[in-house]
Amino acid sequence: MNLADLQTKLIAAARADVPGDQVPYAFEKRVTVLLAARVAPDNLALWVRGLWRAAVSCVAVTLLFGAWAVLNPTTSSTTGDLSQNFESTLLASVDQSDQAQ
Amino acid sequence: MERTEAELIAAVLKGDAASFEPLVQKYSPRVFATARRYARRESEVEDIAQEVWLKAFSKLQSFRSEAPFEHWLMRMTVRTCYDFLRGHQRNRESSFSELSEPETDWLERFVADPGSAAEDADAAKLLVGRLLEKLSPPARLVITLLEIEDRSVKEIAELTGWSVALVKVRAFRARGEMRKILAKMARDKYL
Repeated sequence: MNLADLQTKLIAAARADVPGDQVPYAFEKRVTVLLAARVAPDNLALWVRGLWRAAVSCVAVTLLFGAWAVLNPTTSSTTGDLSQNFESTLLASVDQSDQAQ
Repeated sequence: MERTEAELIAAVLKGDAASFEPLVQKYSPRVFATARRYARRESEVEDIAQEVWLKAFSKLQSFRSEAPFEHWLMRMTVRTCYDFLRGHQRNRESSFSELSEPETDWLERFVADPGSAAEDADAAKLLVGRLLEKLSPPARLVITLLEIEDRSVKEIAELTGWSVALVKVRAFRARGEMRKILAKMARDKYL
């Protein structure tokens, strides 16, 4: 048996046997479904979304407190300004000891 | 209006997985035809094609639009087929004494008169399929690309990721391997 001839003949047989290019029905749909299931979450997008939500809630809280501060001014029971109140509080013990003597 | 390939790829990269579907639809026939060169069962062919598309989707960011998408995809297909061959070497151990009757008839006709054994006969196709299954994965890949698909060494190097020198070495070894298998077949059958 001439092996070289046989080899040539078999290669020619393989060349003549062109494989089909038919695709199973709805193959592309199946691949798309698989891909949708496998799409990995985007970590950066998750972080950005979280930070935006946090920023919005911070702004909302700031606005609420600002509005509350403007619409409801604190009714201070003491008169005078802050420096006087601070000084009298700080020196209260000295005043008490002076009165005791 | 139909979107261009570049627009579809850009949309997929922006996170629109549905834009991948037209690409799958357009190029699946080529992927399937290539996979059928290396896998016999239709379920295996489908597994290879599916694997190719999943890889293509996950590696789409590495696609550079200077070269056509088809070339990039075919490289991935050939490499996936090679991985498949490496993972499925079970058929290499079978003997040629298990040849079917039409295959034996075709061989006998060839021995009697080489010209009378038609190369487009089904038996010849079965026989060459059996022969290719006995080759090692690199030998089968290189014989398929070089001898059957008639590609150049440079093309094979691009498709497989091997160097030109490695393709030449593997082609040389593959031809030797093929001759050895044919010699064994002749021994098994006729001695």
